[in-house]
Amino acid sequence: MNDSHYCPHTAEEIREMLSVVGASSVEELFAPIPPELRAKTFNIPPGMSEFETFARMQAIAADNSAAMVNFIGGGYYDHIIPAVVDHLSGRAEFYTAYTPYQPECSQGTLQALFEYQTAICRLTGLDVSNASLYDGATACAEAAMMALRATGRNRVVVDGCVSPFSRQVLKTYLYNQDVEVVEITPLDGLLNRAALAAVLDERVAAVLVQNPNFFGCIEDLSPLAAQIHAAGALLVASVYPVSLGLIRSPGEMGADIAVGDGQSLGNPLSFGGPSFGFIAAKKAFIRNMPGRIVGETVDRNGKRGFVLTLQAREQHIKRHKATSNICSNQGLCALRGLIFLSAVGRDGLADLARLNRDKAEYAKARMALIPGVAVLQSAPAFNEFTLFLPGPAAPIVTEMLKQGIAAGVPLGDYYEDSANALVVTVTEKRTKKEIDRLADALQANI
Amino acid sequence: MELIYEKSVPGRRGVKLPASDVPVAAPLPEALLRAEPAGLAEVSELDLVRHFTNLSRRNFSLDTNFYPLGSCTMKYNAKVLENAAALFAPFHPMTALLPGGEEFCQGSLGMLYDLGQMLADITGMDEVTTQPLAGAHGELTGILLISAYHRAKGNRKKYVLVPDSSHGTNPASAAIAGYEVITVPTASYGDMDMELFRQAMNDEVAAVMMTCPNTLGLFNPHIKEISDIAHSFDALMYYDGANLNAIMGKVKPGDVGFDVVHVNLHKTFGTPHGGGGPGAGPVGVKKALIPFLPLPRIVMDDNGAFGLQTSRPGAIGRAANFYGNFGIMVRAYAYIIMLGREGLIRVSEHAVLNANYIKERLKPYFDLPYDQTCMHECVFSASRQLAHGVHAIDIAKFLIDRGYHPPTVYFPLIVKEAIMIEPTETESKAAMDAFIEVMIEAARTAGSDPQALLDAPLTMPVSRLDETKAAREQNVCCLV
Ligand SMILES: Cc1ncc(COP(=O)(O)O)c(C=O)c1O
Repeated sequence: MNDSHYCPHTAEEIREMLSVVGASSVEELFAPIPPELRAKTFNIPPGMSEFETFARMQAIAADNSAAMVNFIGGGYYDHIIPAVVDHLSGRAEFYTAYTPYQPECSQGTLQALFEYQTAICRLTGLDVSNASLYDGATACAEAAMMALRATGRNRVVVDGCVSPFSRQVLKTYLYNQDVEVVEITPLDGLLNRAALAAVLDERVAAVLVQNPNFFGCIEDLSPLAAQIHAAGALLVASVYPVSLGLIRSPGEMGADIAVGDGQSLGNPLSFGGPSFGFIAAKKAFIRNMPGRIVGETVDRNGKRGFVLTLQAREQHIKRHKATSNICSNQGLCALRGLIFLSAVGRDGLADLARLNRDKAEYAKARMALIPGVAVLQSAPAFNEFTLFLPGPAAPIVTEMLKQGIAAGVPLGDYYEDSANALVVTVTEKRTKKEIDRLADALQANI
Repeated sequence: MELIYEKSVPGRRGVKLPASDVPVAAPLPEALLRAEPAGLAEVSELDLVRHFTNLSRRNFSLDTNFYPLGSCTMKYNAKVLENAAALFAPFHPMTALLPGGEEFCQGSLGMLYDLGQMLADITGMDEVTTQPLAGAHGELTGILLISAYHRAKGNRKKYVLVPDSSHGTNPASAAIAGYEVITVPTASYGDMDMELFRQAMNDEVAAVMMTCPNTLGLFNPHIKEISDIAHSFDALMYYDGANLNAIMGKVKPGDVGFDVVHVNLHKTFGTPHGGGGPGAGPVGVKKALIPFLPLPRIVMDDNGAFGLQTSRPGAIGRAANFYGNFGIMVRAYAYIIMLGREGLIRVSEHAVLNANYIKERLKPYFDLPYDQTCMHECVFSASRQLAHGVHAIDIAKFLIDRGYHPPTVYFPLIVKEAIMIEPTETESKAAMDAFIEVMIEAARTAGSDPQALLDAPLTMPVSRLDETKAAREQNVCCLV
């Protein structure tokens, strides 16, 4: 009997194979490892059955609090996921395949990624997209590096209203490069345009902004784009894809590169991953794009087909001169994004975006009625907005967690002099009743 | 097959959204509004289901075909791992970063902590960060950790050394981390040339990046000597863990002198490859590098409660948004506890047995440039077939017609017409025997009817595709 997990050989088969190999034992095959280097300890616990494993995982999951009503975002959003997303992306022909290096037997993945690239281009209003990056934060860093290459300059300006996580990842990526990152301190939850004008010069490769930004504010980037282009720099906009059902696209606003996190498009919260990063750009920058790109072509009979293209940019060919080190990306999550966008559809995404904004506006108005609470009014919002509480937000959030409400993200950890500020997120999944409960609980706790 | 956009009918929808229970908000200012909805698909749910189901049928995959893609460790992905990952779908990552929020995420944080401990044991490291999102992302994180180490010591370092057999991500990651790359050639014995390595080493070398067993599937017997030499220059040893599947329980990278490792959970630890990710590339380090690990860092207090450390001077910052590709960690964790100590050892033993079996059986038919006992994979060359005008790529296409996903071809770059075969431990002898017969048939056909290989594949939805046209026209987005 052989009940060893997923190693199918019987003792007899092992004997047969060893005789072909000319070894007397499997252990003999490890002879190339010098004996003095062999592992002396190996402390992994003994294995268990599939049933016991699953029970253990259930117990671990049960150690989290599942009953939380989420009014938190910060880059990850609690949206609906149509059932088709799980079922179709859960087809093993998709999820157990590798990167489509052999196009003839990978047309399923390749065509899906081509359709994904199309969806991203249409959503962002830009010309070209790759087949996915790791996440929204690393996509910001990749976009900055892309702009550095495209312009030959060595400075990146980043708006302080960009997610603090994205800004940290950007700095980490550029940690050891000959590049200066200049951060602009926010003004009333918006990009300080005077401060930007003061630093915008011939050294600047890119200006990175986020729209809607970390405070939830939406900005018109169009005047900014003109100013940035006049200085010979590129405008990189990090965007929240669901908001693009409603908000003017980065392409229409004049951005050269758009990036973002695709979690909100059909990928579960899953404690922070996996999701995917997307990147789209004007066609002129295609050769500076990082990562995989799928292109349309024809076969020997003139039939349409798809291949990985412009591979001469990539690490497996260019090695240290590649546009990026990325290899495995987040293909299956991008597929989920495509299925989500195709299920929701053209008008559906617009409706979904509107629904998010309606709920958030209702919540905003409701919160504004709480004595002592003020709402940041400097710009319109999408589905997130900033509140100013009469005292520090942190203890109130802690208290409300105990009542099963994740009330929002206190800004004190991320911005100076912001201890009283709280960013509240309201997606289409939150009911009026839940919003009212949030307001009542907030009022009771301040 | 038509594109989903070619199946669109204006006004058609696939999903009904929740009805609104709040008033309609005042519209946004004109300047912020999208002129027209994005041109997404407009299809019914059934159209959508047929479209993607039929697309999926145009793929080879592990569940449908033997997939001996060298360096990629295409082992069976146990179904229970998918079920386990789904258990964690509802948990928001920001919860743990809220003040007092860790208490509500003890399951997830504890799992990450335990996974880090187990990976540290398997690799011989002292602490692991689960943040990096793929192998290459682990490399970048790891080399940045090494640069932080040197900075803290005031070392002036400029170079990273890689063997010429290394994966392309190694030099690419080193370059992004700010280093110049020195490439060391491989000797006839199949490992980095020791003499040339000694010559290349100098005080300005920050790190030596090695894959061990290397991409030829060979364990480097000089590895300890190499790390001793590197350390004598205060250069650190980086371990590309792509090939860890060969050595679990047999040898630990940390014991042979490596200071930093990344592991590909999507290779060794049975998580699916997803048609190009998501994977995960946790990074393990020796004690001296712990202060530089990225944030947030998962910690356990004296009472056994788990938390997040979110600031620490010296840390390299943040490698990704949150705590890594969490759903992949869940799968890998379940895989490790299910297989356990004996199971993981058996994985490596059978992976090595299977690779050696295929190597021995195919040796008479294909050139084997480095003829030694291999670890988990073996690398042939199609140079013999080239005499008939048949390239490695033609053999690959022939295999497709026979229902096999081809091995990796043209990598490692140092082997002419490389055919890199990694069966993994989950394949049966019968499956390998059938593959071997088809490989032998390919070798024979190369001699008797080379045109048959040049014409392949004939059974797929498309024949060979014009890559030059794709690169020239750059049609990467549907225009209809
Ligand atoms: C030897 C080796 N190193 C590194 C990598 C990169 O890993 P990933 O694709 O997860 O970034 C790979 C995988 O392709 C590999 O085979």
